Amino acid sequence: MKKFALATAFAAMAISPLTQAADYVIDTEGAHAFIQFRVSHLGYSYVEGRFNTFAGTFSFDDKNVAAAKIELTIDTKSVDSNHAARDKHLRSGDFLNVDKHGKATFVSTKIVPKTAGQFDVVGNFTFNGVTKEITINAQKVGEGQDPWGGYRAGFTGTSAINLSDFAIKNILGPKAETVALSFVVEGVRK
Amino acid sequence: MTQTKSYAKSQILLHWLMAVVVFGLFGVGFWMVDLTYYSEWYRIAPHWHQSVGFMLALAWVARIVLLRIHGKPSPLESHKPAEIRAAHFTHALLYLLMLCLFISGYLISTADGRAIAIFNWFELPGLGELFAEQADIAGTVHQYAAYGLIALVVIHAAGALKHHLIDKDDTLNRILGRTKPQPSNYDQEQ
Repeated sequence: MKKFALATAFAAMAISPLTQAADYVIDTEGAHAFIQFRVSHLGYSYVEGRFNTFAGTFSFDDKNVAAAKIELTIDTKSVDSNHAARDKHLRSGDFLNVDKHGKATFVSTKIVPKTAGQFDVVGNFTFNGVTKEITINAQKVGEGQDPWGGYRAGFTGTSAINLSDFAIKNILGPKAETVALSFVVEGVRK
Repeated sequence: MTQTKSYAKSQILLHWLMAVVVFGLFGVGFWMVDLTYYSEWYRIAPHWHQSVGFMLALAWVARIVLLRIHGKPSPLESHKPAEIRAAHFTHALLYLLMLCLFISGYLISTADGRAIAIFNWFELPGLGELFAEQADIAGTVHQYAAYGLIALVVIHAAGALKHHLIDKDDTLNRILGRTKPQPSNYDQEQ
């Protein structure tokens, strides 16, 4: 009987990982993920743009949201504001400094569940060579089977950073100090 | 024996006009890249730089055409073979660097297919991105070609002054339209 009890215990331990978070790869291949930014133009309007090249993974389980994790690596050279001359300026030492800091990364450190489907993703954002903690207000959009035999889960998120926090001198006027970030993240389960 | 054959009046005029424009464009280019976003020149200076640059390209074509029509004076008898070779090489490189500046300048602003407005007179159509990182690569080429051109112009001018002041020959007089210079004319140099 002791042997059986031990076996049951082991079995229970083996079964328990069923509630472990599933691992996803962000679907950049099919471009079902977007990293966008928005910054004031003169205080009268906005300039929006995005990073075209990035990669990442996340793990997520509805039953244990607090255990979720996400990692993102952004190729800052891929900045695209739909204006080549402006993008050239954005890549320069005035802004993204891509020759020195071609990669920006976000690594989550803590997930704080809020109301259903809403949670804060706290993590370290490394941008222009400076690492600082930021919080992304995230929202689950949905998950389920896709029509091609895979399983997908998708989220949106918003955050904001101050240029001066990341050693970028704001030369665009006081209203442009804060840059809003928005994320659409769709993952395909591994 | 004095070589009296000079350049055609049109060649002389265009030569000095281009000399002035080359220095003007270099000065404006050097200055405008550091303008702040809120400078009143931020938009107009590049517009003029591009417009005048286009006119210089037209003048460049005209110079080549005039060279085909009128030819150029044969070297003075006092010119040493090495001097002749150096002068021809410098002339060819001046033309080549200018061509390089026209092309690279065009490629910076048209990497996204945008046209370049020439003096609000007409729009020079853009060809879009012809190669990866076009705006950045073209920008770097444009910058160094401009430094190279100015360095070469200084060498070119130093050569002309050497012939004028030290060798006291007619090299510079030919491009000043003084077909039959007298030694006394040297003092009236402008």
